[in-house]
Amino acid sequence: MRLSLHINGRPREVDVEPSQTLLDALRETLGIFDVKEGCGEGVCGACTVLLDGRPVSSCLLLAATTAHRAITTVRGLEDDGELHPLQQAFLRHGAVQCGFCTPGMLLTGVAYVQGHPGADREALRHAIEGNLCRCTGYAKILDALEDYARETKRG
Amino acid sequence: MPGHDERKGGLGGPLLGPPYRLVGRSVIRHDARDKVVAATAYAGDWAMPGMLHGVVVRSPYPSARIRAVDTKRAAAMPGVATVMTASDVPHNTLWTDVPGQTTEVGPLRARLHVLAEDRIRHQGEPIALIAAETEQQAREAAETVAVDYEALAGVFDPAAALEAGAPAVHDQGNLLAHWRVRRGDVAAGFARADVVVEGEYRTQHVDSAYLEPESGVAWIDSDGVITIRLSTQVIEHFRDVAEVLGVRQNRVRVIGTYLGGGFGGKEDVTVEVYLGLLAWRTKRPVRMVWTRQESLLARAKRHPYRMRYRTGALRSGEIVGQEIELLADSGGYAYLSALVLLYSTVTAAGPYRVPAASVDARVAYTNNPPTSAMRGFGAMQVVFGYESQMDRVARALGLSPLEVRRVNALRRGDALPVGQVIETHVALPELIERAWGALGEPTPPRAPHVKVGRGVACNLQPYGRIVWLHDWSSAWVGFEMDGSLVVRCGVPDVGGGQASSLCQIAAEILGVPLEGVSVHIADSALTPLAGTTTASRQLYMSGNAVLKASRELREQLLAAAARMLDADPAALEMADGAVRASDGRSLALVELLRGCARMGVPRSHLGIYHAPAGEPVDLEKGSGKIFPDYTFGCHAAEVAVDTQTGRVTVLKLAAAHDVGRAINPQSVEGQIQGGAVQGMGYALMEEVVLEDGINVTTSFASYLIPSAGDVPDVEPIVVESGEGLGPFGARGIGEPPIAPPAAAIANAIEDATGARVTQLPITPERVARALGLVEGG
Repeated sequence: MRLSLHINGRPREVDVEPSQTLLDALRETLGIFDVKEGCGEGVCGACTVLLDGRPVSSCLLLAATTAHRAITTVRGLEDDGELHPLQQAFLRHGAVQCGFCTPGMLLTGVAYVQGHPGADREALRHAIEGNLCRCTGYAKILDALEDYARETKRG
Repeated sequence: MPGHDERKGGLGGPLLGPPYRLVGRSVIRHDARDKVVAATAYAGDWAMPGMLHGVVVRSPYPSARIRAVDTKRAAAMPGVATVMTASDVPHNTLWTDVPGQTTEVGPLRARLHVLAEDRIRHQGEPIALIAAETEQQAREAAETVAVDYEALAGVFDPAAALEAGAPAVHDQGNLLAHWRVRRGDVAAGFARADVVVEGEYRTQHVDSAYLEPESGVAWIDSDGVITIRLSTQVIEHFRDVAEVLGVRQNRVRVIGTYLGGGFGGKEDVTVEVYLGLLAWRTKRPVRMVWTRQESLLARAKRHPYRMRYRTGALRSGEIVGQEIELLADSGGYAYLSALVLLYSTVTAAGPYRVPAASVDARVAYTNNPPTSAMRGFGAMQVVFGYESQMDRVARALGLSPLEVRRVNALRRGDALPVGQVIETHVALPELIERAWGALGEPTPPRAPHVKVGRGVACNLQPYGRIVWLHDWSSAWVGFEMDGSLVVRCGVPDVGGGQASSLCQIAAEILGVPLEGVSVHIADSALTPLAGTTTASRQLYMSGNAVLKASRELREQLLAAAARMLDADPAALEMADGAVRASDGRSLALVELLRGCARMGVPRSHLGIYHAPAGEPVDLEKGSGKIFPDYTFGCHAAEVAVDTQTGRVTVLKLAAAHDVGRAINPQSVEGQIQGGAVQGMGYALMEEVVLEDGINVTTSFASYLIPSAGDVPDVEPIVVESGEGLGPFGARGIGEPPIAPPAAAIANAIEDATGARVTQLPITPERVARALGLVEGG
């Protein structure tokens, strides 16, 4: 079936199978590899995208249900080549190791902080519980999120 | 500054002294810049025109005989390009050399079949390979491979496997290796001890559980070279692929991608041999990406251990004798088990002076999933044993746990029970004090039935490979004509900043900005080989190779500059992209490079670093060097125990390690925090659950790793003695931080409640049993 997916502000026409997940359509059909597959069953958060601004596991979602809705991947966070403030905070705080969880972590973090400006560390900790990271132990990710949440409140 | 002693095996005195321009600074890593915008092309993020998709057909049985494999139906399925079984593999055996001599068993060459021939020894053992036009088609075809199995009796417990009459996993018997140490008179030690404490401890199977499953793409490149781009810690497995295919080693190229985590799980071969076979057979590009379920089912685990410790001590706390018995489960094949047990044998008494000790470390075949390398590599499990014992000694003598550790802590010049003398500074007293001090004010319990307690655990972890392996690494450093710098090194980057640290070192020595450096890594055809990213060895080994190459390049460039300036080379320095003379004259780097071109002076250098080497020693007699050096650490934990439910919450965890020198302190902290959280997962949550060899935890919904809400922020404490054998006095820090949390937490639970838990993971149920809330256990 033919769909129009709105990805990072641009429409993309795509042929998908009715049973195809959004993750599979993005990666295999469209070649958008900035979405990662970590578990395929909605537990690890590596495949997180924003759907109309809310984080979802793209491995659990049928592509066909996302037509005409706004899909944001990590590439959609950059503004005219300028890194998003949370991406900058991740770099400043050394929140990236292997980087496989990073796209999902960034998207979950951006969505949460936008809804909760100035959120404190414990709220942020809870917010990223659905995004597993095996490398960092989360502390530097939370340092970055905390910084970004503070900036958001001021802004 | 101490350290940098050639005798110990470092590179010799620093050409440049502190203060350093880049070394010791938390620079932003080039790979992190890529990763925050998802520009990193991981192994599975790769597609090629006409690419097939490969899958592995695996055994559902843990112990069986294969009567027949019928692939006719699978081969006829839509989209299927090939189906391969054992008879299609030119050389169906993978070998692992295990140097050294183990008691009773002797030197080992571990072997396993690429695809099973007649015997299945564990669930998930590979039987056939399929490549098809789509992944879906390949999976559907896999369902139709008809294997006629005769189920056989299996053995699922290492102790049972060693009993007479146990089902034989391998024809030569189920004892895979037995390492023995006898040092001093243990009986006399116990005879003069004021107290003797005994303990039995059990640890579990756990999984590396990196976020990126095993993945790669293979194709036949120009001149027929089989090229495999994959997520691996060891690009040198190109030799294994060549051996299996029966081609010369220079006909196989492995390109290692930036990994989505490794932790030892990508040290043995993963997909490269399967991909090599399928591409060779079909002459088309093939991708293979394991699902999470397959990764959890098929990858080797950390060895579960049973440990028996008997420790004798004087009233002062001084240990005078220790008996240690270890028994580990290797699962169906040997993989690296013998070496893992060697690590345990060497470190079994911990970072302490134990004048009389006996160690018996055995590992047995069973029909459980195979076990092999995982972060800590056998030096981890024993920490739960020896550090639980230290607290038991303290408790029996009425001494503080800190005091007992300080009394026994190794110092430079002391020997381990295997006879290796520690030649570098041991910062244990400082590490203990700082970790404990970092806990700060005690946290008040939030309810009367919640008890709060504290515990510590110290450890030692080798960095660098066993000296018998004659380890080396090489790196190429060279300038382009515009003054930009290129580093080529065959190092796989598992996410710890392996590549970035090399850039810092080269830029430091050659006086160029970090932004002016490009690094090319992990290509067996195009980068000088650097060995495995395992054993906490890459900063040490490849860092030294880059340091050596950079220093020698610097000398050769400064000699050329001296000719151009008619100056003394000793009066010249390289900084800010120029050469400066002490009399104020300077030469722009690009001018120097043009001059080099005219004079025929090379603008590059290949550096090779050889680690201290030695021949295998007889552990039992106990003399000689086994590892180049060790990293020491101490973690302190504060826990809250709910005495109604047995639930344990880690409130604080401070983790101190002497890293020698932190090249990038932020990366070092990240290793410590991440390792300690994996260690907390091991302590409290993680367990591969097996029911008669069948893995029932093959999803992230059942195999639980820590989420952000499960663990506190780890406070990293970075101590820099400058005493390591790596560049600028660095020690390895990849593995060490994973090991202490389990024992520190168990010790804190006893401090809080008086109850000791001796089996991992420390689930609420086990705590409730230790507290006497429920019967049995």
